Amino acid sequence: MSTVKPKSPWKASKTDRLREAAIFLFAVTFSFILVAFTGLSGKLGYFLSFFFLYAAATGIRSYLKYGMATAKDSAIKVFIACGALLTIIPIVSILATIISKGYKGIRPSIFVNDMSMATPTDPISNGGLLHAIIGTLIMIGGALIISVPIGILTALYLTEIKGKFEKPVRFLVQAMSGVPSIVAGLFILSAVVYPITKSSSGFMGSLALSILMIPTVARTSEEVLNLIPQDLREAGTALGGTQWRTVAMIVLPAAKSGLFTAVILGVARIAGETAPLLLLTGGGDAVNFNSFDNPMGSLPFYIWKSFLAGSEEAVTRAWAGLLVLVILILILFVTARILSTRKVSR
Amino acid sequence: MTSALSDVANSRGQRTLSARAQGTGLEARGVHAWFGKHHALADVSLDFAPGTVTALIGPSGCGKSTFIRTLNRMHEFIPSAAMAGEVLLDGKDVYAPGVDVTKIRLQIGMVFQKPNPFPSMTIGENVLSGLKLAQLKVQNKDDLLEECLERAGLWKEVKDRLGAHGGSLSGGQQQRLCIARSLAVKPQVLLMDEPCSALDPGSTLRIEETIRHLSETMTVVIVTHNMQQAARVSDYTAFFLSNEGPGKMIEFAPTAEIFSRPKDKRTEDYVTGRFG
Repeated sequence: MSTVKPKSPWKASKTDRLREAAIFLFAVTFSFILVAFTGLSGKLGYFLSFFFLYAAATGIRSYLKYGMATAKDSAIKVFIACGALLTIIPIVSILATIISKGYKGIRPSIFVNDMSMATPTDPISNGGLLHAIIGTLIMIGGALIISVPIGILTALYLTEIKGKFEKPVRFLVQAMSGVPSIVAGLFILSAVVYPITKSSSGFMGSLALSILMIPTVARTSEEVLNLIPQDLREAGTALGGTQWRTVAMIVLPAAKSGLFTAVILGVARIAGETAPLLLLTGGGDAVNFNSFDNPMGSLPFYIWKSFLAGSEEAVTRAWAGLLVLVILILILFVTARILSTRKVSR
Repeated sequence: MTSALSDVANSRGQRTLSARAQGTGLEARGVHAWFGKHHALADVSLDFAPGTVTALIGPSGCGKSTFIRTLNRMHEFIPSAAMAGEVLLDGKDVYAPGVDVTKIRLQIGMVFQKPNPFPSMTIGENVLSGLKLAQLKVQNKDDLLEECLERAGLWKEVKDRLGAHGGSLSGGQQQRLCIARSLAVKPQVLLMDEPCSALDPGSTLRIEETIRHLSETMTVVIVTHNMQQAARVSDYTAFFLSNEGPGKMIEFAPTAEIFSRPKDKRTEDYVTGRFG
């Protein structure tokens, strides 16, 4: 009985991998030498010299072994890999900075206290950001309640009804997604706060955030709904369903996870917005559960106010606030992901 | 080829004569169809007798699918569409003003070319989806579920996994699931737009058996590119052709006649495989 061992001849062999590692090390070493002996300097110098050396070395090796076509192929692979790397670097760097500077300000007490009895320049053991977390959650919640129905209904108008105003509506939604957040804030200030309520509150912040969130939700939902095959709509209609019932029973459930993503993207758009909140919410220092009355704090406002105070304690406070904001957004994302990918129970 | 097909058709013709005149008839009178300025179908008049299976054959682009979609008013789904003529269901024009289009589609069911079970539903939910869509009430859902799957020839294969997703079935099973789904709302007429074109021969045979069973109680119209299939399942055959103009119905006759002694030269050329 002969035994056949599974092999993968198309994959790199051990010696190939060793050679690749050698080339990588060569590129790293030479980039250090280059930076040391030439005019290049700094992180960018290291990166650029490594990048070109690695691409050239990989290309030359492939050329010697396989010829020109493969050489081009592998050089371009290096370019693309570096491109991907360049995109990740800022994100990783931002996260690393926030975590390294923020963790010093994190302690249990900040999650149970607000700033009503403390000022940003006090030691960190005084006061906390409970009011800001609650305020941010309430304002995001308010914006969600307003924008998700409006955004999804807009998307349904564009994809299902395709009414007379399809083109202008789509144009306006796209134009709206470019509105700077401060403009949204000023709009609510001049259209609602000055003439009607005459005072700041969390709900005013939610209104401004909705202006920013609706276009994101509407556009993403439109894309998602367009991906649902026309077949399914026809099948629903052919079974004697009205258009509304077909949409509600077949199209929306089929698009469910995509619509969740649209909502997540909408929340991502507004969670860190600061400008409109500075104008509209009053940035209260005490825990406030009433969105319609009295100033309401929020994490971006808290961060801004703490940075403004300038002392060492205050800046640490601000970084801690940033870290909490990032973690909060992360929790929202993960929760939404889990909710959206949960299979039909069976 | 011709003789083989006509043999098939003849045996079929004799077998079903006894099972005629059940269900509701459908009649098209002078039906035209347009897409924007394009005149896709001209002056088709066809009478589908109750309890018969009628096959629509013809080369691609001759208006068969367009015609079948005018019958249950799916044609108007396309924004630029227009039509003329009458479609009489049980003697009443389905295009008459004031007719509830959803009721028409309940009475005239449709099976599409590509199997399209609803992705967010289980097998059982798929079959009963029409009831929810049309807000119909039934006494016993389980009985209806079994009856529909039985009639579509799928019950034995899925009875132990009604809770699985429709997408987990094979292509042929999915198509039979779609047939079961159409049957659940008790249509009097069933339109099938190339229901087997995406399926393997085994599944095709299963579906043809299903069609034969269905024709005992309902009127079936089937579009097909497969002339063997037309010969096997249909009582009547209509041949459509578009000659650089709108599609027209060239000949309509009992299937055995179309395949053995067609009156029109073009029909003969088509069924003997000389073109198309």
